[in-house]
Amino acid sequence: MTDSPPVNREHFFRLPDGPRLVRWFCGSWTTLVFGFLYLPIILLVLFSFNESKSGFAWEGFTTKWYGELFQNRVLLHAFGNSLLIGLVSTILATVLGTLGAWMLYRYRFPVHRLMEAFIFVPMIMPEILMGVSLLVLFVILSLPLSYLTVIIAHVTFTFPFVLVGMQARLQGMDPSLEEAAMDLGATPRQAFFRVIFPYLMPAIASGALLAFSLSLDDYIVTVFVTGAESQTLPLKVFGMVRVGLNPQLNALSALGIVLTMILVFGSESLKPSNSGQKP
Amino acid sequence: MADATWLDRGGTHAGSRRAGWPAWLLLAPLLVWLGLFVLLPTILLVVTSFSHRDELGRVVYSFTTENYLRCFDPTWLSIFWNSILYALAATVICVIVGYPAAYTIGRAGPKSRRILLTLVMIPFWTSFLIRTYAWISILSQEGLANSLLLSAHIIPGPLSMMYTPFSIVLGLVYNYLPFMILPIYTSVEKLDNSLVEAAYDLGAGPLRAFSRVIIPLTQPGIAAGALLVFVPAIAMYAITTLMGGGSNPTIGEVIQNQFTRARNQPFGAALGVLLMLLFLVCFLVLGRKKNSSAPSA
Repeated sequence: MTDSPPVNREHFFRLPDGPRLVRWFCGSWTTLVFGFLYLPIILLVLFSFNESKSGFAWEGFTTKWYGELFQNRVLLHAFGNSLLIGLVSTILATVLGTLGAWMLYRYRFPVHRLMEAFIFVPMIMPEILMGVSLLVLFVILSLPLSYLTVIIAHVTFTFPFVLVGMQARLQGMDPSLEEAAMDLGATPRQAFFRVIFPYLMPAIASGALLAFSLSLDDYIVTVFVTGAESQTLPLKVFGMVRVGLNPQLNALSALGIVLTMILVFGSESLKPSNSGQKP
Repeated sequence: MADATWLDRGGTHAGSRRAGWPAWLLLAPLLVWLGLFVLLPTILLVVTSFSHRDELGRVVYSFTTENYLRCFDPTWLSIFWNSILYALAATVICVIVGYPAAYTIGRAGPKSRRILLTLVMIPFWTSFLIRTYAWISILSQEGLANSLLLSAHIIPGPLSMMYTPFSIVLGLVYNYLPFMILPIYTSVEKLDNSLVEAAYDLGAGPLRAFSRVIIPLTQPGIAAGALLVFVPAIAMYAITTLMGGGSNPTIGEVIQNQFTRARNQPFGAALGVLLMLLFLVCFLVLGRKKNSSAPSA
């Protein structure tokens, strides 16, 4: 990734009546903002290949920090935990979110509006409050803090995102789709699995991806509800960051950034068209 | 097309079906989950905040208001106040820094707009730990900024930039800037450019057009961005712990500490409930400004 965004001067500034000064200001300000956003990340990646253990004097190219990173059993174990927890909670959140969105779309329940509004609560609730309130619940239920409690917490803060994405997709659905299937002799169950489900697939995939990345990334909620054995990667990384600079962290961060880029570009290219579905 | 069918079939469109017991059964997982893991814990948090604790740190459920009275001790009030100030500073800086960028992206041609948006999305999706660590490696004693300045003989000794209000606010701004750019971008994209042109035609200068036409029309985006930055930033104790090093604790750090090391859950819960009330106020104030035009972020 290069540092500044590609600027096509012909099409870039569409401020038809804006004076030249305004265009100049907007262009250079935006370049600076992207520089601010990207410079620290780029430096991090760059110095993950630096021979020097401490400080920022360039002492030659090396990949040994990556080698050490893959030898780091503590981090590898934590990463395994993160993958396991992410996978299980993504599956649960996707099922819960998809089913919930479909039922709320298809049927009218009493206090429908209230239920729909309540789904937003875990989305907007600050993570720390979700973390401490779940901790209080688990203590009262005398549920030992473990993988189970972490997975419960992760499902709780990820499934509303799946559900809301699904609602957006359902809103764009032609209602005659299901009716056509039924007219052609499908049972409601067949109509759902043969017609509706394939239509919802893109939203299910992007919802699952979102849930997985939220789970993988979470620190704040997890820290309250995890036991010693079920510590995830962000928790271990947080501990390392607190101690100080560490070339292994640079290598890990570089990998994280590359992974993020792949995911973002991947999901961008999966999107149907320019400004396809918008909630 | 879709709209026409919708109208034709009037009564039978989705959502009109009354829920029978099979529907309730399929909705049950959602309701149970929300009730058990969102509603119940919140109620228990409030209950805990009115409880005592014994010598071992266990919660004793007998009614007291002492936890709340303790919250109004100047020590904790000033921490509350500091958290709000950091979040406020970060929000204001995010608006100032992010607005022109969001505006430029929103006015760019479709192709460059897409590329620029993707470029905003990448830091948006990158782990906050990575992004915070990036700044720690720049600002710390043996970090990049100090080694550059030292080797250029600009400063005699390393500057201590970490663990200051500056580093805390910088960490928040860096992490939340994309959350400000995206909603402002959404409302800039919706902005009808002919209104801006009209302002120019009627003799407004760029500043006047900006303050009288563009800002009011994109205000929902600013409010949405403020909601997405200010509210989470108050409680984002992970960043403030790393960038502040405990020297300038925020309310989130105190709550976390009460629940872990200090083992005073009732007091932590009381602080948490007050924080929740603060959030509700923010939502009511900013949410009203945001009107109905919600951003897709």
